[in-house]
Amino acid sequence: MTLELKGITKRFGSLVANDRIDLRVEEGEIHCLLGENGAGKSTLMNVLYGLHRPDEGQILVGGEPRAFDGPRDAIAAGIGMVHQHFMLIPAFTVAENVMLGDERVRAGGLLDHAKARKDVAEISARYGLRVDPDATVGDLPVGVQQRVEIVKALTREAEVLILDEPTAVLTPQEIEELFTVMRSLREAGRSIVFITHKLKEVKAIADRITVIRRGAVVGTASPDAGEAELASMMVGRNVRLQVEKAQHTGSDTDPIFSVRDLTVLGENGQVVVDDLSFDIRRGEILAVAGVQGNGQTELGEAILGLRPPAGGSIRLEGRELTGRSPRHVLRSGVGYIPEDRSLDGVVGSASVAENLVLDLYDVSPFGRRGSMDVGAVHSNAAQRVEEFDIRTSSVETAVGTLSGGNQQKVVVAREMSRPLRLLVASQPTRGVDVGAMEFIHSRIVAERDQGRPVLIISTELDEVFALADRIAVMYRGKIMAIVPPDTSREDVGLLMAGVNPGDGAAPAEEETIPEEVGDE
Amino acid sequence: MSERSTAEKRNNDGPLRRVLDGVVTGRPWFVTVLAILLALVVGAILIVVSDQEVLSKYGYFFASPGAALGSSWNDVATAYSALFKGAIFDPGNASSLTSALQPISETLTEATPLIFGGLSVGLAFRAGLFNIGGQGQLIIGAIAATYIGFTLHGVVALPAAIIAGIIGGAALGGLVGLLKARTGAHEVIVTIMLNYVSVAFLAYLINTGTFKDPTNPQPVSKPVTAGARLPHLAGDTLRLNAGILIGIAAVAFTWWLLNRSTLGFQLRTVGANPNAARTAGMNVGRVQIMAMLFSGGLMGLVGVSQVLGTANANNALTPQIDAGLGFSAITVALLGRASPIGTVVASLLFGALQAGGRAMQVSSANVSIEIVTVIQALIVLFVAAPPLIRGLFRLRGGESVDTGLAAKGWNG
Repeated sequence: MTLELKGITKRFGSLVANDRIDLRVEEGEIHCLLGENGAGKSTLMNVLYGLHRPDEGQILVGGEPRAFDGPRDAIAAGIGMVHQHFMLIPAFTVAENVMLGDERVRAGGLLDHAKARKDVAEISARYGLRVDPDATVGDLPVGVQQRVEIVKALTREAEVLILDEPTAVLTPQEIEELFTVMRSLREAGRSIVFITHKLKEVKAIADRITVIRRGAVVGTASPDAGEAELASMMVGRNVRLQVEKAQHTGSDTDPIFSVRDLTVLGENGQVVVDDLSFDIRRGEILAVAGVQGNGQTELGEAILGLRPPAGGSIRLEGRELTGRSPRHVLRSGVGYIPEDRSLDGVVGSASVAENLVLDLYDVSPFGRRGSMDVGAVHSNAAQRVEEFDIRTSSVETAVGTLSGGNQQKVVVAREMSRPLRLLVASQPTRGVDVGAMEFIHSRIVAERDQGRPVLIISTELDEVFALADRIAVMYRGKIMAIVPPDTSREDVGLLMAGVNPGDGAAPAEEETIPEEVGDE
Repeated sequence: MSERSTAEKRNNDGPLRRVLDGVVTGRPWFVTVLAILLALVVGAILIVVSDQEVLSKYGYFFASPGAALGSSWNDVATAYSALFKGAIFDPGNASSLTSALQPISETLTEATPLIFGGLSVGLAFRAGLFNIGGQGQLIIGAIAATYIGFTLHGVVALPAAIIAGIIGGAALGGLVGLLKARTGAHEVIVTIMLNYVSVAFLAYLINTGTFKDPTNPQPVSKPVTAGARLPHLAGDTLRLNAGILIGIAAVAFTWWLLNRSTLGFQLRTVGANPNAARTAGMNVGRVQIMAMLFSGGLMGLVGVSQVLGTANANNALTPQIDAGLGFSAITVALLGRASPIGTVVASLLFGALQAGGRAMQVSSANVSIEIVTVIQALIVLFVAAPPLIRGLFRLRGGESVDTGLAAKGWNG
């Protein structure tokens, strides 16, 4: 079944989220929708799925114009969607989740569990989507939960499947499995719209690529196009994918920052950081890689003092930071860029100027004897806005109204504009446009070049490889290995999945399917 | 996974907070004006409906519509002009300066405790706390001020009683903050419970030998000494007293505290995003305690003005000393958008309605002062309605606002 969008325009107030977008997805095609965060991909898909009504334009399914009043209409027309965040009930079994919202009943009004189980088993077998209908969803790994979502869409006879950033939560091996499933769906004649901003994945799986920038289609490309070409289409200019940095020199000096036997407990008392030890030397960037949720968040929080460790020690220049308050840690010269800026990094309703002094409000010249110097706060803001190229109409503007990249620059500007002894940056460029990413990366490298030890925590392998002098891979709260930056992506990927490439052993959780396609 | 815990972190304050945030932020001024006008219109309808004589004329409406409409108009015009005369200026009673100033004096006197209370609730609100324990805090403040007031004599009596009142309210408010910070007890529950405790404590104290006025058969405390009374500002016949001056000082102080002090910066940050505050090294629990101390202290001043001012003739504690001000303070703070200046404007409006309401009741046998209470309630209801309805029914306020929510619906 073909799907065609013609001249779709969607406005939110004065913002044009989608500007006359044309998109044609053929039967049996994997069509990639490539664009930066905020380019309008999700809005377009929400229009297609009936969540937004387009202001202009037409949706044609199999050549027939259709209007969707809600997801129910879209599903009836054969469109299925797998959201980035799964809509599953953890306490239910796979079969129960699959029938949810489309419950069939037997005589007497009883739910037809048998049919649901049969449907799941049948679809699993047909497309190689291995799932156990009776497993409880909450017990399944993320990659399998995603498969349940796909099965769910397929039981509703989806001809066109929309996958919204499906790889964001997966390990490299799980991504390979997903790609295998996508290929078998393609062979069965289903169409797939694959939304992503990751170039390597696009090249690995796409039949055709449509690139969106600032709400408009900027062109289509074939998967043979070079990465640099795709990247420049995406951001509208040539992009340096490699961060320029000199070879790390100080590897023989004593470690400045050292973590020893650090153990941190999670909300429910489970061990999330497990007996972790590492050192960072003068002028060195240590990047912690790993799939989200393997203890990196808690590691960052423990260093800042937000989460008191259950054991071990954290030392900066020989002084103990373990068990100190965040205030003490920050005042000891630690710059901290939190992983989720809107949650922990900025106060959205407060001004740019105030956010730039969020952890400096009571030190001279901003605060003196309980009173704040508004003039000093403003002149500081004017200076930072200039220096860090923060795009804002004024320093009085509420930070929440800025773009993600500019919000992040506010956090970076604040944390880097005081004398530092250590920089800890979690996901420093998450949800940030490429321009801001380059800028933030170059500032981080500049800190390192001035001799600062830097700890980067990132789930983006591109970022890890671009910045790291050494890479520590975290899996289930432990460091699997600390490897040099010229280690292959495949090996780092295996470590992220809990497999030591040297062992040749099977992965801890899921068997992987070796694939010819990979990150080259 | 982190996204899910994020959602939990974001929603941990629940619908109440969402609605209140909606009331306090992003309301254009004309919505407030419309709410006031609409409330007056509904008030007018109630005046007509509650007048039996006018209603009887509606019985032969079709025979003589002029009679019904005319007397309706008459009713409303009489009532509202009396309201105006009682609150602002009465041209028919302006023979002397004193009588000309009398309505304004009444309005300001009624507004004074509302200013303290509105500042108190607004300050706590800015720190992310919903202080509905004003009743309890002002009672404890009033008890402390009264005790010092009838114990001390001379020039020290007044300042000492005022300070005692502040400390009394602050102590109870601080206790709430302490419980919140140390144990996570929700301030709404704790303050409601402490209201009951305070009312009962007051009822008990008034009948003890220390407090009870032996010359009065009613449950009333001993009056404060002459030196502890807030002096009249415009002659003894007008009720206007020095409480309004303390009110102006409190507005200036609260404005400075919120907008220019380092504590206020922390307070606003904790209120807007406690996670970011914690990450920036702020001690969220300590800031909450400080916010409740100041909020309670301001409520204590409500108690001070109730006892030492001209609110009651005896300058003594009575079981009804709080006069519902702990709750009126919430409406004032919401109407004033939790800002000090807005609170002053809202207090003056409510003070004027209160003062005018009494005049209105006197002017016509058919109009009850309760109409004023209804109008006040309607103003707040209309102002609160849009966010309340959105919050209760989770309506989409324009698609862009809630796309996240909509996308979370079942995809089946």
